[in-house]
Amino acid sequence: MPVILILILASLAVALAFLGAFIWAVKAGQFEDTCTPGMRILSEDEPARQKASRNEKQQAAEAAKGQTG
Amino acid sequence: MSEVLIRSSSSNQRQAGAGSGAQVETFKYDNSIVRAFAIATVVWGIVGMVAGLLAATQLFAPAANLNLQFITFGRLRPLHTNAVIFAFVGNGMFMGIYYSLQRLCKARMFSDLLSWINFWGWQAIIVSAAITLPLGFTSSKEYAELEWPIDIAIAVVWVIFTVNLFGTILKRRERHMYVAIWFYIATAVTVAVLHIVNSMEVPASLFKSYSMYAGVQDALVQWWYGHNAVAFFLTTPYLGLMYYFLPKAANRPVFSYRLSIIHFWALIFIYIWAGPHHLLYTALPDWAQSLGMVFSVMLVAPSWGGMLNGLLTLRGAWDKVRQDPMLKFMVVAVTAYGMATLEGPTLAIKSVNALSHYTSWTIAHVHTGALGWNGFLTFSVLYWLYPRLYNTKLWSVKLANYHFWVALLGMVFYIVPIYAAGVTEGLMWKQFNKDGFLQYPNFLEVVQAILPMYVLRAVGGTLYICGVFLMAFNLYKTAKSGQFVPEQEAQAAPLTREGAVAGHGHWHRWLEAKPLTFTALAVVAILVGGMVEIIPMWLVKQNVPTISSVKPYSSLELLGRDIYIREGCLGCHSQMIRPFRSETERYGEYSKAGEFVYDHPFTWGSKRTGPDLHRVGGKYPEAWHYNHMDDPRSTSPGSIMPRYSWLLTQKLDTATLPARIKALRSVGVPYPEGYENGPAQKELEAQAAKVVTNLKVGSVTANPDREIIAVIAYLQRLGTDIKAATPAPATAAAN
Repeated sequence: MPVILILILASLAVALAFLGAFIWAVKAGQFEDTCTPGMRILSEDEPARQKASRNEKQQAAEAAKGQTG
Repeated sequence: MSEVLIRSSSSNQRQAGAGSGAQVETFKYDNSIVRAFAIATVVWGIVGMVAGLLAATQLFAPAANLNLQFITFGRLRPLHTNAVIFAFVGNGMFMGIYYSLQRLCKARMFSDLLSWINFWGWQAIIVSAAITLPLGFTSSKEYAELEWPIDIAIAVVWVIFTVNLFGTILKRRERHMYVAIWFYIATAVTVAVLHIVNSMEVPASLFKSYSMYAGVQDALVQWWYGHNAVAFFLTTPYLGLMYYFLPKAANRPVFSYRLSIIHFWALIFIYIWAGPHHLLYTALPDWAQSLGMVFSVMLVAPSWGGMLNGLLTLRGAWDKVRQDPMLKFMVVAVTAYGMATLEGPTLAIKSVNALSHYTSWTIAHVHTGALGWNGFLTFSVLYWLYPRLYNTKLWSVKLANYHFWVALLGMVFYIVPIYAAGVTEGLMWKQFNKDGFLQYPNFLEVVQAILPMYVLRAVGGTLYICGVFLMAFNLYKTAKSGQFVPEQEAQAAPLTREGAVAGHGHWHRWLEAKPLTFTALAVVAILVGGMVEIIPMWLVKQNVPTISSVKPYSSLELLGRDIYIREGCLGCHSQMIRPFRSETERYGEYSKAGEFVYDHPFTWGSKRTGPDLHRVGGKYPEAWHYNHMDDPRSTSPGSIMPRYSWLLTQKLDTATLPARIKALRSVGVPYPEGYENGPAQKELEAQAAKVVTNLKVGSVTANPDREIIAVIAYLQRLGTDIKAATPAPATAAAN
């Protein structure tokens, strides 16, 4: 069963890479706030649309669509 | 909402100048690429499902192959699985990722060029699969059937996708990486590693290669890949989509963002060790089986955490589910995910697996996931995306509701009969009568018992496909009624460079732009090159047989085995007798690891639509095999095996024999030096003549240069090596 060494090495490499990513994420404060990220994705498009320098009609249509969505 | 915005900006404190919104940038989201993947999803979804329906029909009406080798079950099944996994779900995944990633990162995709290479490269791979698989070019390893040139193309396109993904993440304008992005990262990285490790093969010709690993080792690598393909191709990207599109559609945040983070990290660290549960009670060492089982059982925790998180997001919003077909689809998808991830760990328990393995139960299980989780979630995202891409409303909500109920009904009609079939098979195979003999010694009795279930399954599949056609029409009408928005304008403040990645701002600058692509491709090249060098050298030494009577296949048997692989025989016939009395009574001595040391690739199979073949060698006379291949129902009334009449007429291709022997020698099969230049051919002719002589005994006259001769030689060899250790001659079957 020597091939299991290859699999363990490959799996460990992936796992260690993710461990590194996890440690980075914690240190970078990715998980400090567990409340707003969930809400932010719901509002992501609105500011852009309101500030967009497009004609008023389209703006209104998009805003309305954003509401119903 | 204003409270949310304030809090979100306070979380961006490290980002100098962004809080005031002083340097707001205007940019555009690329919707064209999303639409391209969406169209591809629908088109390939229909193709893949129709292929599946045709395959399902052949299981109760073998003549449905129209006696064409290209669409016979063995070749059609990999076409179906590849089409629905890599073409339907693959394009669906790209569609969802390309849409949500841009919005989550508040950035356009890293490179439009890479986006389009990803799109057209992926479609080219799918088309080449649709051509090569019916032609019989297959490695036979499940969900990795495509031959080596296509494997390389997959690796390249996947790396390009990965570069595009990371490039976009690096230039994001939102510091926080929403949980969906983590799921996308896990998908990109892990699939690359899995694909490369499992696809290590030595080419013998342009469309024929041999796995570098043999027997038990090949089986372990294959199911390490196979299970993780389910995990990281069918599950993690779609979980990412769930975490984005479900809250969007319900217009409320995910139930618990904290739980979603725990879900992610727990899932990816546990998933990768679960593969051996596909090999329970086989010749795989017991400790590896137990390892796979333990990790598989553990998986239920993060999986259910994720499912509950998804469903609870809808708390207080169930009225929306009643009105919005998109949410209906989503709810069923998440529920199906929950059912499949409870069932999976259950099936991974050895005592349950003893009954379920090789039966249709596994097929029912995967279709809960495929039809329910992947299918319904894809439909849901499509219904949500199309009106937004075309700046309009869904053409007909009513039609979408019809689709929902038709698809749900189709799913039930598919899954329930196949569960019943699976349990019936498992119980009938194992049933002994009171005298201690098998209650159903004739395999065909079991086949006949489940035929009605096969018919019902096809009815379910038909309904499901009808639903997809309703959707395709609805989406087409939606597109017609609106105006496509190829570029969607958005605005956001940039992250300051130095603060962008928590003090690591300097290292990623040089990665941006072309060097990123180059570096990633170079790493893959080095990885592949290194493994090509190291693995054979290292494994060859380990391939010393522990059973001295086990010898490499003769040249004729080798070509026969390659035809066995080409025709996809292992889609319905296993070659792995588990150590149960019910199996040793029916098939013979249980299979030993040492018997497979020259099997590149392994051909254990995973399903017994027909009986196991590992000890078929010498069981029937040559003439029986000949007649059986010509028309299975002439020797086995009631059989559902297709006719293989073309094997009787097609000439055996011996031109590639030397290249095949050389390739196998390079992965450790001890053919003597120079064997391919002469002796192999001579030996082949001698053995073919012997088969022809044995056929005459059964009043069959055949040409020695036909494919059927090689197939018979291979079948008569199967499982006889350890019998050869005893005085009885192995191939003296023509009595």
